[in-house]
Amino acid sequence: MSELDRAKRKIDALSIQDRQDVPAILQTKGLSMWFGGTSDTPRVTVLEGVDFTIREGEFVALLGPSGSGKTTFMRILAGLTEPSAGEVLYHGQRLVGVNPGVSVVFQSFALFPWMSVLENVAMGLRAAGMNLKDAMEKATAAIDMIGLDGFEDALPRELSGGMKQRVGFARALAVEPEVLCMDEPFSGLDVLTADNLRSELMDLWLEKKIPTKAILAITHSIEEAVMMADKVVIFWHNPGRVAAVLKVGLPHPREKKSPEFKKLIDQIYTILVRQAEVETKASQRPLALRKFQKLPHARLGALSGLLDLIQERGGVEDIYELEGELNMEADDLLELTEAASVLGLAVLSEGDIKLTQLGMRFVEGDILSRKDVFREAVAGSVVVINQILQALNTATDHSMDEEYFLDVLENHFTEDEAYRQLQTAIDWGRYAELFAYDEQSGVLYLEDPPEEEG
Amino acid sequence: MPRIINYERPLFRGHAPFSVYDVPIALAVFALIWAFLTVGRDMTAPVLPDSGELDLAFIRLPYYALRSVARMFLAYFFSLLFTFVFGSLAAHNRTAEKVIIPTIDILQSVPILGFLAVTVNGFMSLFPGSMLGIELASIFAIFTSQVWNIVYSFFQSVRAIPRDLTDSAAVFKLTPIQRFFRLEVPFSMIGLVWNSMVSFGGGWFFLAASEAITVLGKDIRLPGLGSYLATAVEKGDFPAIGAAIAVMLLIVVLLDLAFFRPLLAWAQKFRTGDVFETEYESAVLTAIQRSTLVETFVEKVSRPFWSFLIDRLPARLAASRIGSLAGRRRRGLSITGIILLVLGGGMVFFMVGDGVVFLFQSMTLGELGVIGLSGLATMARVLATVGVASLVWVPIGTYIGMRPGLARRIRPVIQIGAAFPANLVYPLVFLLFVRAGVDLGIGAVVLMFIATQWYILFNVIVGTLTVPEDLKAAADVMRLRGFMRFRTLVLPIVFPFWVTGALTAAGGAWNASIVAEVASFGDHSMKAFGLGAYIAQATVQGDWPGIVVSIVVMCLLVVLMNRFLWRRLYRYAEEHFTLEG
Repeated sequence: MSELDRAKRKIDALSIQDRQDVPAILQTKGLSMWFGGTSDTPRVTVLEGVDFTIREGEFVALLGPSGSGKTTFMRILAGLTEPSAGEVLYHGQRLVGVNPGVSVVFQSFALFPWMSVLENVAMGLRAAGMNLKDAMEKATAAIDMIGLDGFEDALPRELSGGMKQRVGFARALAVEPEVLCMDEPFSGLDVLTADNLRSELMDLWLEKKIPTKAILAITHSIEEAVMMADKVVIFWHNPGRVAAVLKVGLPHPREKKSPEFKKLIDQIYTILVRQAEVETKASQRPLALRKFQKLPHARLGALSGLLDLIQERGGVEDIYELEGELNMEADDLLELTEAASVLGLAVLSEGDIKLTQLGMRFVEGDILSRKDVFREAVAGSVVVINQILQALNTATDHSMDEEYFLDVLENHFTEDEAYRQLQTAIDWGRYAELFAYDEQSGVLYLEDPPEEEG
Repeated sequence: MPRIINYERPLFRGHAPFSVYDVPIALAVFALIWAFLTVGRDMTAPVLPDSGELDLAFIRLPYYALRSVARMFLAYFFSLLFTFVFGSLAAHNRTAEKVIIPTIDILQSVPILGFLAVTVNGFMSLFPGSMLGIELASIFAIFTSQVWNIVYSFFQSVRAIPRDLTDSAAVFKLTPIQRFFRLEVPFSMIGLVWNSMVSFGGGWFFLAASEAITVLGKDIRLPGLGSYLATAVEKGDFPAIGAAIAVMLLIVVLLDLAFFRPLLAWAQKFRTGDVFETEYESAVLTAIQRSTLVETFVEKVSRPFWSFLIDRLPARLAASRIGSLAGRRRRGLSITGIILLVLGGGMVFFMVGDGVVFLFQSMTLGELGVIGLSGLATMARVLATVGVASLVWVPIGTYIGMRPGLARRIRPVIQIGAAFPANLVYPLVFLLFVRAGVDLGIGAVVLMFIATQWYILFNVIVGTLTVPEDLKAAADVMRLRGFMRFRTLVLPIVFPFWVTGALTAAGGAWNASIVAEVASFGDHSMKAFGLGAYIAQATVQGDWPGIVVSIVVMCLLVVLMNRFLWRRLYRYAEEHFTLEG
């Protein structure tokens, strides 16, 4: 346990102190969000005790793995969802209903397909009661600013993804929000388009061409966060919470290749990997006493590939190096390293990943013996799969409906996450040949029931 | 590739002072205004002693057709109104949803024709001495046949709006009225148009059945095509019968060309996503969009009007409403909801209780037995109808569906066939039965088949069209032919579509039984043993307990069949045949 605490303290040491001298625009205090919690549905916590502040002049990036409640958190800030506990303060006042000072750029663009570019951008202005002429003028100005000149009359479906997101930006900026929220605004775009749009946005923001006082951006790309933000807030999952807050003191424009930039990225990786460590440590209690881990949704082919690569590099490798080399999103890579760690095939420490003895046996084996190692690893560490096996062993015909396991998992995860957890568990369990699954009927069963063997 | 040229925006905006398209459009507008005034005047006319008489002169046909079409559109207007009010209510308020959706589900499967006696009587007493009461009863009958699937489609569309879109509506502080006109109606537009087409098709059947009826001993004839035909049949006037059928066919085709096709083509701008679908083109729509007259009207009158209605008016009242948005999300029943439910439930309980007592006092056990047996007889006919229609149309439908070119060419024919009210040809078919000595007990199946076969054919074709090309190629490579090919390739994919078609056809057949199990032509008349005939007869005689009990029994049978047959088949289809991997 002391080791666990130490890891946590190390993370805290990397965090920064909040600046009290600049007025806060938005603040959350002890914000929690859960679903269920009635007599018949168990409570599933999505966010727990989030304290957060965004101040005038700040660009804050929200970073975290999938399922850490980032989007839910942003929806609460925008007033689209009410938190289960805690409060949102807007200029020190408790927020009720939709936040009047926030506008949002969506990952999916969320344009109204039947409205022209101009109508989409003018929508918010018209809703605010501006007359037609003024609204059209202002919308046109926003369209010009974002570089969509000449496309005023086009319908969204005539535009490419990048152009659509420009409309999304123009629409959000036209209403001159105090805080601009962006939910992974660039992740639906190809790399070049995203780079281009990002630097244009940064230009508008840094040159103060827009009256926006603060920006909050959700992202899963560490590089993007360090590129844009003054402050990076790192979320962790199960339940979603703030793991660390990091200050980025680099001047703009930022150079990806600079040592300071790389150092920051390393720091963030270290924090994320340590979080994974903390989780693994917590799960090293006897199997029966453990709570359900949140299984990383790693595809096994990719996991094998990763382990092979690490072996080629001598059994240890820096995770950030791997990201650059494999050209993978940090998110996806972390899912893989976490899977390796959960299964005990590798250990994570100080931003490195190192194969364990079990891991070495895995990479040295052929297809069949790899399966044996994997089966050993799964049976020794994955709580869900063990419970599934136990249930199947005691069931009369050694088969059970997936709904049963879904119900159990829903006590610990949201409905969607429970479904994904079961999918991953089934995927792993099938590969390990621990049990079989019939997709059509949704039944899990043992292929070689114990009696037939004995 | 999506089109770059956008026909919603005229290409030559502001250039031409007027265009060639303006002439027919101006004429059409004048004709519409004239039609409005005429129909409005005649609909409210007092009931005269000769109101039941219809002039069979051909020259009167256009006028009768106009009256019938006006009824259809009025009913359609009320359907839309009802949809927007109750569909929205159900989509936004959980208490309302719990009441409205199950109600729609039941009303959807209820044989509406059976209620004619009740509604006609009600509306006549509302407007004594005026044709308006009878007129409204007919419109109400059409309305009840059109409205349910439109409401349901709207409700489902509103519920299916992606969260990102409702979020952005909230972030940009759209007022409830703006959200309705700018998001909810546009999002549901395509579903509304398709369902309107289906509803209109079904509506003609009820129009023809409700214009000329005998209720509670009173002969009622509204001026219209349905009455014209009924009178012609009574007098055995073959040229008039032929003319009525021809005019009906003409109307169905014209409406398709001048109303639904342009509507469908226009609605394409509301489709979501980038999926390329079939282009729906309509010359009429192009004409309307290119007309300077229409453009001027849109820019000078319609757009400012709507803009004021949607944006300006509510924006003045809006400030106070934004804050309350969050409160409305709360789940469960509100206190007002509970009070309303209790009050409503109490009223229904006492009314039903009263009715049951009344019925038991006036119904003998023997009579109840007759009704039950009649129900079973009609149910057998309904099943036979679906069976025969499937045997006939599944092979033909799959043959057509396998050939997309042929399917495209044949589609308008099927659409018109489905929209044409089959009960208009019933008298002629009945005459054939009389000549050939066919008993109506069996003949009724043929009549019901004529009315409902289209649903099965249409759905089977649509289903077959979805068979993926690569599976077809795989079947070719493996040399699957004939029945093997049908069983392994076509059947699994078409089955769910067939279930939908069969369910709709069965619903239609129950309704049709009310006009198919009793028939007359001139002096000939015949009656089959069945619940449809029982209802028809009870309606004519004004036998209230008989009407109520027989309708209740029919509703029960329909609901039972839905539960125990169609829903099971659906589930079977879902579990066994889905294309998703």
